[in-house]
Amino acid sequence: MTIPEEFRQSLRQQQTRRVFLGRASQGVGALALASLLRPDVLSAAAAAPDRWPGVVTPFHVPPRAKRVIWLTMAGGPSHLETFDPKPKLAEMHGQPMPDSFTRGKQIAQLQGQKLTCFGPQLKFQRFGSSGVEICELFQHLGSVADEICWVRSMTSEAINHDPAHMFMNTGSQIAGRPSMGSWLVYGLGTDAQALPGFVVLTSLGRGGQNQPIAARQWAPGFLPSRFQGVHLRGRGEPVLYLETPDGVTRSQQRDVVETVNRLNAQHDAVVDDPEIATRIAQYEMAFQMQASVPELMEVSSEPKSILDLYGCQPGDGSFASNCLLARRLAERGVRFIQLYHKDWDHHGGVKQGVEFKAQEVDRACMALITDLKQRDLLRDTLVVWAGEFGRTPMSQGGDGRDHHNAGFTIWMCGGGVRSGTVYGATDELGYAAVDNPLDVHDLHATMLQLLGIDHTRLSVKFQGLDARLTGIAGRVVPGLMAG
Amino acid sequence: MDFTRLHRLRNGLTGLAFLSFATATCAGPRVDFNREVRPLLSDTCFACHGPDAGKVKGGLRLDRREDALRPAKSGHIAIVPGKPDESELVRRLSTTDPDDAMPPAESHKTLTEVQKSMLRRWITEGAEYRGHWAYQIPERPVAPAGPAGIDFLVQRPLQGTGVSPAPEADRRTLLRRLHLDLTGLPPSPVEVAAFEQDASPDAYERRVDRLLASPRYGERMAIGWLDVVRFADTIGYHSDTPRNVWPYRDYVIRSFNRNTPFDRFTREQLAGDLLPAPSQEQLVASGFNRLLLTTEEGGAQAKDYEARYLTDRVRAVGSIWLGQTIGCAQCHDHKFDPITARDFYSMGAFFADVSEAIVGAREPGMLIPNEDQAPTLARHEVAVNALQREFEGPHAELTEAFQSWQREQIESLDGDAGWTTWAPAAATASEGTTLTVREDRSVLASGKKPERDTYQLRFTNQWSALAGLQIEGLPDDSLPSKGPGRAGNGNFVLTEVLAHIEPAAGESRPLRFTESRASIEQTLHVEKNPYGRWSAASAIDADVRGESAGWAILPETGRQHSLRLGLDGASKLSTGDTLVVELRQRHGDHHTLGRFRIAVATNASAVTAPIRRPPPAEIVAILRVPPGDREESQRDKLFRHYREQAPELAALREQLATARKARADFEATVARSLVTVRADPPRTVRILPRGNWMIETGTEVAPALPGYLAPVRGDADHRLSRLDLADWIVSPGNPLTTRVVVNRFWRQFFGMGLSKVIDDFGAQGEAPPNQELLDWLACEFRDGGWDVKHLVRLMVLSATYRQDSRASRELLARDPENRLLARQGRWRIEAELVRDTALTVSGLLIPQIGGPSAKPYQPAGYWENLNFPVRNYDASADAGQYRRGLYTWWQRSYVHPSFLAFDAPTREECAAERSRSNIPQQALVLLNDPSYVEAARTFAARILTEAPDSDDGRLSWAWRQMVARNPTPEELATTRDLLEKHRGEFRADPGAAARLLKIGASPAPPGLDPATLAAWTNVARALLNLHETITRS
Repeated sequence: MTIPEEFRQSLRQQQTRRVFLGRASQGVGALALASLLRPDVLSAAAAAPDRWPGVVTPFHVPPRAKRVIWLTMAGGPSHLETFDPKPKLAEMHGQPMPDSFTRGKQIAQLQGQKLTCFGPQLKFQRFGSSGVEICELFQHLGSVADEICWVRSMTSEAINHDPAHMFMNTGSQIAGRPSMGSWLVYGLGTDAQALPGFVVLTSLGRGGQNQPIAARQWAPGFLPSRFQGVHLRGRGEPVLYLETPDGVTRSQQRDVVETVNRLNAQHDAVVDDPEIATRIAQYEMAFQMQASVPELMEVSSEPKSILDLYGCQPGDGSFASNCLLARRLAERGVRFIQLYHKDWDHHGGVKQGVEFKAQEVDRACMALITDLKQRDLLRDTLVVWAGEFGRTPMSQGGDGRDHHNAGFTIWMCGGGVRSGTVYGATDELGYAAVDNPLDVHDLHATMLQLLGIDHTRLSVKFQGLDARLTGIAGRVVPGLMAG
Repeated sequence: MDFTRLHRLRNGLTGLAFLSFATATCAGPRVDFNREVRPLLSDTCFACHGPDAGKVKGGLRLDRREDALRPAKSGHIAIVPGKPDESELVRRLSTTDPDDAMPPAESHKTLTEVQKSMLRRWITEGAEYRGHWAYQIPERPVAPAGPAGIDFLVQRPLQGTGVSPAPEADRRTLLRRLHLDLTGLPPSPVEVAAFEQDASPDAYERRVDRLLASPRYGERMAIGWLDVVRFADTIGYHSDTPRNVWPYRDYVIRSFNRNTPFDRFTREQLAGDLLPAPSQEQLVASGFNRLLLTTEEGGAQAKDYEARYLTDRVRAVGSIWLGQTIGCAQCHDHKFDPITARDFYSMGAFFADVSEAIVGAREPGMLIPNEDQAPTLARHEVAVNALQREFEGPHAELTEAFQSWQREQIESLDGDAGWTTWAPAAATASEGTTLTVREDRSVLASGKKPERDTYQLRFTNQWSALAGLQIEGLPDDSLPSKGPGRAGNGNFVLTEVLAHIEPAAGESRPLRFTESRASIEQTLHVEKNPYGRWSAASAIDADVRGESAGWAILPETGRQHSLRLGLDGASKLSTGDTLVVELRQRHGDHHTLGRFRIAVATNASAVTAPIRRPPPAEIVAILRVPPGDREESQRDKLFRHYREQAPELAALREQLATARKARADFEATVARSLVTVRADPPRTVRILPRGNWMIETGTEVAPALPGYLAPVRGDADHRLSRLDLADWIVSPGNPLTTRVVVNRFWRQFFGMGLSKVIDDFGAQGEAPPNQELLDWLACEFRDGGWDVKHLVRLMVLSATYRQDSRASRELLARDPENRLLARQGRWRIEAELVRDTALTVSGLLIPQIGGPSAKPYQPAGYWENLNFPVRNYDASADAGQYRRGLYTWWQRSYVHPSFLAFDAPTREECAAERSRSNIPQQALVLLNDPSYVEAARTFAARILTEAPDSDDGRLSWAWRQMVARNPTPEELATTRDLLEKHRGEFRADPGAAARLLKIGASPAPPGLDPATLAAWTNVARALLNLHETITRS
């Protein structure tokens, strides 16, 4: 692995500057730490020393979004029971799937089986002035339909959960590539203070289709560890090792941190090691996180009207709670917020499965959009709702659907996205994207563009290549962007 | 231009930036193609004008001289040697016409003026190409033998630069460095003091040799190797389930400790199974081929994953031994290096004979008995084999018995003598199960499937007396696992059988069962049954054994079994009476009968006759063939079936079963490891166009060495094997491996490789600024018999290694990355060593080498997103809690979070080097992880019991333990302040002290004042958190 040269250089410059400042002010570390009790002093003095500015300066293109909230519907939602109406499939229900649709295509668990059309199991309804037709269970989402760009022509190369998540997050099915959140923090830095720039939250639905999610989905890959996503957990310590040991008070913990930093500064005077200034800043950051993260997680401080809007109870660990946390993270300047809501893997019982999911996500998604909008954050927050793939128009086991990557639906809103439109379409049976197919690299390229980044220019040397989120592919799709 | 600046350029320091001060026209040394031209052309031109034949634009290739000198499609000649003004390349570089300018704008590549004039000068000088540096066999530069050779080659380029080597580090720094580098553990203060006072000239050398001989050396060296081969305890994809592979890790440790020559080490791992009469250890080594990521995900397609495994293995060979990014040629010929897609798939074909499940669980692996276990295992094996041979003998003495057994079997094919099946007049179920009486008089359950049920069967009597009642459970295709029960595994539990007579007139009266026997009684899953078996008796025990106990048949589901109940003589009946049989099935979890049949016996002798075990369907079919018409194989099968029940062989069977069970019980205590088992024939390997596994029309390829590195082998009739690959990798004809390996070791001892791109020695890598040094080391390694300890010894004995790591501001500015090696490096130690340091200083470390992976404390719920199956992390109890870091359980999708914070790789891909980050999570781990709190508390107890009896004495002692030096007065004061403040606070709040001291599995030692111990614990925490503690300098 090669740490990018520009990263090294930038770090060196920072360190040199910091060492200089440290000397001049007789230990900026101790000063900043003392300011912990006075946050007004803190923000300027303490957070600044180790702030990663990002390599994209200036922006490659004018940015329209500052941050991303990515709602990952893990398991692979059926587009046919959510956002892609297919009356023809209903007509063909029970008949053999025409071979012309499926020949030579990837199939997962239905390999070698008789393929039978399976009509949509739920009713659809038109919403908003755009008249978009989506499943009637999504009444709340329908009420904000005009904010949304529905992409009905999404495709993926992967068809099993684990590689498909990797592909959606990193643009590669090979482990070891950075996730989009890591790329963004590397490229743009973060505005968050005492919080990581890339945060992940997970929730599990009622159906219990609990497909595993690997931590590699928020890993920095070949980028340095500082760009990794941090998993904020609903239970236990919200961040691993966040809690001060039992029996140690917060003031004692501060004493220990202060002692460590003072000793490190004293040692620095002898060895003159630039890493020590960084170490001091990291201890400050860690100590700040011990306060800032619990404050962030304190959802009960929200007014009742907001809790009612999302339909959540403080501490219930639900997707709705995570949406509310996502908004709080967005307010605090976190660059990339990714929510995983599991339980969309409906090989069987797709009807009841989607009914459950709709109850869990419909209001919460609406609330997130509404809440962001009323705080004027939707303008520059790019919200994406997507599974790792969709589901087959063919039946599996009589009441379910198999994995499917030839065409499925995602939606986006806010942050420069063209609102109130439907982009692309699948064929009449909902099998393949035929109108404006959008692949994962295109999606990434377009998202980066909205964030002010030319996807061909955000690259890092890795194994001799200028490695990019979009690999050697990807095109910016104007049809997804507001004019 | 002054000479020093130029000289630095020649050595390729931080590259061309320095040149911006230079004038381009000055006379000086000729442009170096490999160091200056090729990297520039590669990075800016090769993507379109390089080796990828499918992507060449304008008919121009710049990677080969003969092509660059030929007219391109446009008719222009890119390079005219000696004539820059006639060279199209020069014109394109300088033109301002956007249509002609190179590199094109969309490439986002630009050349500086300095780079342009360098290319011009190179063309003026004749545009000579030279073979890529790494593809030339290394030649040994002239240098003194031994460690002095390193110093000579390091210092020669420094001459005249004004830079001089740093002085030797002070002794305590030097010893701490040496200990951390060679063993991964900090030295004890006693060792430091002894070294500081040792004035003998070989004081340092003796310590090097002692540490090289320490078993800790192998553990230390293993860490880097385990990274690069991606060793982990779990499969990686999706469910990320465990696999048995830790013996491979121990093999690596042993190999470094006994200094296995690296060429043998290579052969054993790639092809241990192909060596003549491979030892157990060589087979364990071949487990290398099984270390890749695999999947068990349902719906994964075998062809897809077959392609993934192939590419994974090729990437591994590229990373580990060749320093080549061969993986890039999966979809197309390489963009920068002369690697073709054919090379890629031909390399993959070497591994097509690795036998494995493509999608699915890994096998348990080969038994790996240790030295103590091996003789016992062999004894078990001999015992079983001897009995087996005896049992499988011809048994001529049984000819008669076999004949009569066959006759009996044929006679009883259609029912047992003395028993008559009986169809119920009515069959009902209390919980709503549908019961249907079928033509064969059996009853089939269907419909609603309650947890428990009671069936009632009513028979219209036609007998005068009954001696017995039989309940047969029958298999049926409609039932789970073919029944006879309705539980998922086909089992049932008949918890109680009751029967009574309802006379046509008068009181009904119960029947009494006197005895019960069954064709099988389940002994599995007796943890829910205190009586040790699911017996026939418990079906007529009036539930004295409990309502949920009864008769069950696992594992023999899917076939017929029967329960026979004897009735006492009082069961006199009249025609017209109704017999009511009640089958209670109160066990739960759907353990109800799915298909069954009732039979009755009127004769007591039928009741006491042995229960015939109905033969399996296959045997029934043979029995139905007239004996004279049976084929040899059928007769054989029949005899083998007979053998399993012949009463004459009962004793032998029992012995064999006992011996097998003893062997199995013993095997369960023996380690297992995945090894390479050769598949014959190997899988077919085809070139996959664009890497797409769904295209199966690509050319079939056989194993072959990369065409650009090795001559084609003439022995076309011999399919090359993994052993051939290994032999070539470690042959003198391979220019890469020695350099790649030496470079990696160099990084371990100096912080950065001589070529800093550790895993790419291709055109996009870095030609080493000091290639002579790298080549000298490579030759030393190769010619010295691939002797790793010799190489390491050379490095650490050199004066270069022993230098101080501090740099003056001037040197830091001039050589920030330490490419000149005019000082030692300093860096934060690896994740494993952070842990080892805390355990060593606290005294908690358990020094055991090898064994199953250990599980230190881990935050609850960290594995909550793992599934199939749901995983709980059970932290090791006792010794397992205090093992060295390298033994920590490596869960690929969720690596231990304290390790992840310190840059431990997930080992999903080969990791040739780790990043060295400095992030807040590291502070959170060292401050709050119970492992470190416990270590601090234990260290505090040591301070209070082993150190001098004063605060300052204790503080100084603690400093020496932690960082091998005394504190400065200032440092002493800082730690004393913390101690005094917290001692006061804990005295005022004893509860808090008690809570702090409770953290960790090991108990706090008795007899120490809790408040004092708690305060010292916080002092110890501060010391454990020091930058210096986790820094090797």
